[in-house]
Amino acid sequence: MPSGTNTHQLQPDTWVDTYADYLYNYAVSRVSDSEIARDLVQETFLAGLRSAKNFKGTASERTWLVSILKRKVIDHYRKINSKKGKAEVRMQYVSQEDSEGDWLEERAADPVSVKELGAIENEELGQAIQDCIGKLPEKQAKVFTLKTIQGMSTEDVCNELGINPSNLWVMIHRARTSLMGCLDKNWFG
Amino acid sequence: MISCEEAAHICNRKQYKEASWRERLQLFLHILACKTCASFSRKNTRLTRLCDKAGLHSLSAKDKEEMKKKIQKES
Repeated sequence: MPSGTNTHQLQPDTWVDTYADYLYNYAVSRVSDSEIARDLVQETFLAGLRSAKNFKGTASERTWLVSILKRKVIDHYRKINSKKGKAEVRMQYVSQEDSEGDWLEERAADPVSVKELGAIENEELGQAIQDCIGKLPEKQAKVFTLKTIQGMSTEDVCNELGINPSNLWVMIHRARTSLMGCLDKNWFG
Repeated sequence: MISCEEAAHICNRKQYKEASWRERLQLFLHILACKTCASFSRKNTRLTRLCDKAGLHSLSAKDKEEMKKKIQKES
């Protein structure tokens, strides 16, 4: 990893291994459809390649890719909105029979939705874990992801990566120990 | 009494529900006597809970292969 310099460089060959899951989690939390999220990540990479010459190297590669993905998410919502025809807002003031009191007050959202706060916190947690996984050596990250996130059995992971179970557990141990340290300050308090 | 290394190994497998009840008992007894492993076990369990809570998603190996191919074609 180049450090000590102000300019970052793009390395498209490593994009999928390094950022795909991170971007995918970002997308899933915003479009809540796994296939659309996957397509948005794919489009992000391709758009990144096409506009690579515009990359000035002031932001990190990942920040830059996330900013492209953000626009892809917005475009996605624009597209589905225009498919529906013009945006239409209908308010029915007197449709509900059990309403009482001020209509406006009844239609306002809860000021603090506990559920939403929880969702935001979990999303931050997800990004934090994904960040930490990104700092692991590639093979450890792969083993940890397959085992923990995809929930694969030890046997299947061993077959897929051509390693034996004791290799696997050594890597899991190292990965987990690093992750504990990486998440320590913010999440183990 | 099992060693700390064995305890850590069982503790890791326990996070993936791959430790037998006998191993879990051995771990439990070890932890009663060993503060270092007790702390490791606590953190390890916490990590498992955090990962569950975050509801992480991951792309399949197949999807990633396809992405790589498309990137190679374009670049």
